[in-house]
Amino acid sequence: MSTNIRSTIVSQFEQVAAEQHHKLAPLTDERPLMESGLDSLAFAIVVARLEDSLGIDPFTASEDAQFPVTFGDFVKMYETIYESAA
Amino acid sequence: MSLWESISRTGPDAQRSLSTSGATVRLADFACASALEGRLEALHGRSVLISTSDQLAAALALIELDGIARRLVLCPPDLDPKHLPYVVATAEIDAIVTDRADSVPDLAVEAVVSIARQLHTVDVDRSPQHATEWILFTSGTTGVPKMVVHTLATLTAAIKPSGTLAGPLVWATFYDTRRYGGLQILLRALLGGGSLVLSSPGESVASFLERARDNGVTHITGTPSHWRRALMGSAASSISPVYARLSGEIADQGVIENLQDMYPQAKVAHAFASTEAGVAFEVTDGKAGFPASFLGVNESGVDLKVVDDTLRIRSPRTALHYLGRNDESLLDANGFVDTGDVVEARGDRLYFVGRRGGIINVGGLKIHPEEVEAVINRHPSVRMSLVTGRKNPIMGTIVAAEVVLTSGDGALDPGVVETTKSEILAACRSSLAAHKVPASIRFTSSLAVTASGKLGRRNA
Repeated sequence: MSTNIRSTIVSQFEQVAAEQHHKLAPLTDERPLMESGLDSLAFAIVVARLEDSLGIDPFTASEDAQFPVTFGDFVKMYETIYESAA
Repeated sequence: MSLWESISRTGPDAQRSLSTSGATVRLADFACASALEGRLEALHGRSVLISTSDQLAAALALIELDGIARRLVLCPPDLDPKHLPYVVATAEIDAIVTDRADSVPDLAVEAVVSIARQLHTVDVDRSPQHATEWILFTSGTTGVPKMVVHTLATLTAAIKPSGTLAGPLVWATFYDTRRYGGLQILLRALLGGGSLVLSSPGESVASFLERARDNGVTHITGTPSHWRRALMGSAASSISPVYARLSGEIADQGVIENLQDMYPQAKVAHAFASTEAGVAFEVTDGKAGFPASFLGVNESGVDLKVVDDTLRIRSPRTALHYLGRNDESLLDANGFVDTGDVVEARGDRLYFVGRRGGIINVGGLKIHPEEVEAVINRHPSVRMSLVTGRKNPIMGTIVAAEVVLTSGDGALDPGVVETTKSEILAACRSSLAAHKVPASIRFTSSLAVTASGKLGRRNA
């Protein structure tokens, strides 16, 4: 299940980066989101599309959610919410 | 001169009529017949609420009562009955004309008069005795209705003699004639020597167009949303008008061209008008927007200017004032109406980009949904689209689009859907700034269109 979430997220990052003509950095868990190559608009689009495909928006789902710093945090945030919603 | 006197002067030959599904009234018969069951006398000098379920009945009431009543208040079909007491009090209504005499709301008025969808022979004195005020409701407002005061003179100032036709002049309109846009068409038919085909409550676009065809329609009008819906079916191809017009919403290049392709023989025009500002101008060069040379005063006395990016209009066609809103002025100190429609200059043309107040704010950058819709609508597979703001935890709001394809229902091949989506996004990216490009596109089989024929916007 968690590999599905990760691959969905990676493919959204790749697709939006391609659409917006951004160069995507390798998405390792340690990669800071600020250095992923996406600007805030592209990042906003990724979050909206993930809400459409996964049915969850972890940023809104939990009020005290820590804003993810690394790509790994970001994936974990989705996995946690997704599993608790399942 | 009253409406009936004006009609008489255009020579109501036996062919001229107003018709709807199941009823036709010949204009010539008004000389010696009435739809008011002999009670015209009871309405002299009154402030009359015209509240009908059928728009033909309302049109007959207008012909009967202009010059007779002191004031005519034309109820739109979607007026919430809970606002009637406010309307009655504000417009000092003392009589109601209705085609639903069995279900008249309990209002404190002195006279309730029934109107039929046909005329009965009766001795009738139609000599005018009042300069009747015409009260119209503005479109697109929610909450307490907004009433504006017109006269027959302001309502008909934009009407010019129609050109000569080989055969009879027959108008049809998707609009409801109980609102400004549709009323213009009714008055054009009545004063221009023509007939008019009206839609019936609940009638499908296809059956309305069939009736228009059977009546030999030559001139037909509607909003871009009406037309996009009509062009979705095969019914639009059953008529061959010489004139087709769009107004009431922004006419983008896509809908203008689709309409021209459907009716290659027709003059396709788009016009700007509003209940408050009246008819401002018509554009007939087949392009969206309007030439910058329209700014300033034209030979009809219509004066246009742009202040703070919105179009302002001063003309003999504007309404006089709001009714019962002493704190709100319809005209500014110089007599201009602020339309609230935002325009943008590109080259020697001005383009409507949206409504002030209808703006989507993406991370502090402002977007008019209409400018994004115009780009989406240029895709050949798109019939219509609605762009909205979608809440987003990163940017506050991002742009989302709902799209109706020309192929109609949702039974779409998933591959085609993905291709079309990519093409639309590519088109948006090539002509719009990044923050204006929809973050998500959803295909749907239909979009809500309001009673006044405009695309339903949640923030409107």
